[in-house]
Amino acid sequence: MATDVMIEARDLTKIYGTQRAVDKLNFEIRRGEIVGFLGPNGAGKSTTMKILTCFIAPTEGTAKIGGHDVFNDPLAVRSVLGYLPQRAALYPEMGVVEYLEFAAELRAIPKSERRERIKKVVKICGLEEALRKEIGQLSYGYRQRVGLAQALIHDPPILILDEPTADLDPNESAEVIEYIKAIGKTRTVMLSTHDLSEVKASCARVLIVNRGKIVADGAPDELAAKSGRVRYVIGIDEKQGLKGAKAPESVGEVLKALEGVVKGGTAKELTSDDKAHVVEVTAAGGDDHRREFFQLAVDKGWNLLELRREALQLEEVFRQLTVGADAKSADKSESKKSTAKE
Amino acid sequence: MSETAEAVAPAGAIPRGSTGTPFNNTMTIAKREFASYFSSPLGYIVIGMFLLLVGFLVFYPFAFLVIGKTSVQPLFNAISWLLPLISPAIAMRTFAEESRTGTLEMLITQPVRDGEVILGKFLGAAGLLGVALATTFIYPMVISKMGELDWGPVLGGYLGLLLGGAAYVSLGVMVSSHTKDQITAFFLAFIVGAVFFLLDKAPIMFGGAASVLEYLCPDYHFKSIARGVLDLRNVIYFVSVISVCLLATARSLGSRRWN
Repeated sequence: MATDVMIEARDLTKIYGTQRAVDKLNFEIRRGEIVGFLGPNGAGKSTTMKILTCFIAPTEGTAKIGGHDVFNDPLAVRSVLGYLPQRAALYPEMGVVEYLEFAAELRAIPKSERRERIKKVVKICGLEEALRKEIGQLSYGYRQRVGLAQALIHDPPILILDEPTADLDPNESAEVIEYIKAIGKTRTVMLSTHDLSEVKASCARVLIVNRGKIVADGAPDELAAKSGRVRYVIGIDEKQGLKGAKAPESVGEVLKALEGVVKGGTAKELTSDDKAHVVEVTAAGGDDHRREFFQLAVDKGWNLLELRREALQLEEVFRQLTVGADAKSADKSESKKSTAKE
Repeated sequence: MSETAEAVAPAGAIPRGSTGTPFNNTMTIAKREFASYFSSPLGYIVIGMFLLLVGFLVFYPFAFLVIGKTSVQPLFNAISWLLPLISPAIAMRTFAEESRTGTLEMLITQPVRDGEVILGKFLGAAGLLGVALATTFIYPMVISKMGELDWGPVLGGYLGLLLGGAAYVSLGVMVSSHTKDQITAFFLAFIVGAVFFLLDKAPIMFGGAASVLEYLCPDYHFKSIARGVLDLRNVIYFVSVISVCLLATARSLGSRRWN
């Protein structure tokens, strides 16, 4: 039975000195999935990827890539893997084609097929214009594409990409994401990032790690929905009231009034111009409070310029999980073993 | 990690991708390493400096004229004094630069074994040394115009110098694998090499241990090579140094996995 699990981590742990960079990580990534590996800086994303690509060894636990154990057969693991490390470090003095030839040679692609393979990855990664250049002359975006091309040269079934869009401008970033989506149609891809819009654009599934642990696993929308909270964005005219009524004097007044509408809701000001107080209220997702907000505005004589209700964004889920969990786990570890530190 | 063990694929595993033979991988890495010296100024600077210093040491004291006969001994002496300086310059960046820029991660995560990376880099660096040595071949050719020259010892001497230089290069590679800064790697390798170079100059102080110290000193071995005699003792010495240094490099490279 050929396994469907392409990337598997079991109790993966990496300890640097006294710090647990990766702490009993467990996950499976199946054939054909594009999975976003999310987390704040220092959460253990890169460390995990370095273990999966056999650059470093786990302190405890096991990992398998395509069924091959990273500890027992690193060569087999690397042979089925395309890896783009963070900031794709390439030899700056080499030409683009020269570098890809080097990569193809190390991948033992027969000489007769090398040209064809290089042509193919050049096309996939949009490198045609950079072919004659040295890597050192390329922009970050193009370097990243060369890194991607290198990872694809042997047509691997599994790709691990560590922050493929870091340091790129929005256009380059969008392009690289397009390439990854195209590549991911026939492959298993695990990509790390802290850019959530990218994840929404390309990944069907998200793993969120924090402090070396998985704190969430699921489809981006699902995760957002699961948090069970919604937000309302409400804009009140700052200059003019309703039919001669007065506009609210300060944003504080607005915040207070709006918070009073929803039980357990929290309100905060969003950035806005000097025409309107734009306020966000987050609340439990069960009921729809839009009517009440409208009524409030009418009662107060405020001009309602904007009112919408939406599910909590992935960004906020991310923040809740990582910042919240941060505080929680810090509390826990402190109370658990306050003597262990120092 | 037992990289050498070609484990039987576990049940259900996807077929492994193609991987190169150890020889091919080593040569691919060596070729790239060697070529990289010439796509940066380093290769040219090293060779230029080497030629300049050799010329200075050979001609300035007019040594080959004073001896009054056609001999390559002054040339070989000059080269053997320069090797502890030039080899660290060749080897300094092999690992230091790559771990600083991060290209080492890219290289090691290709389907290659650590040993192939180390041997490839060592051979690439030794290749540059070979080119540097080859450029000095003009001297014996000039000298041979001035009188009879026995080519056997000349070739033997070059072989010995290449081997001895390679030993210094392996030392440089080892040091380079312990740091991320190539300048540090250069000076450390130079100092360690110089200490060994001076070992046989101090036998007076050590009395009984003198012959052991002599044997450990590369210069002692170069002396017989300069005379055109490359005997097994010299070969064993240099090959041992190379082996020890490259094994130590492997240890250093392997330790990244666990730290």
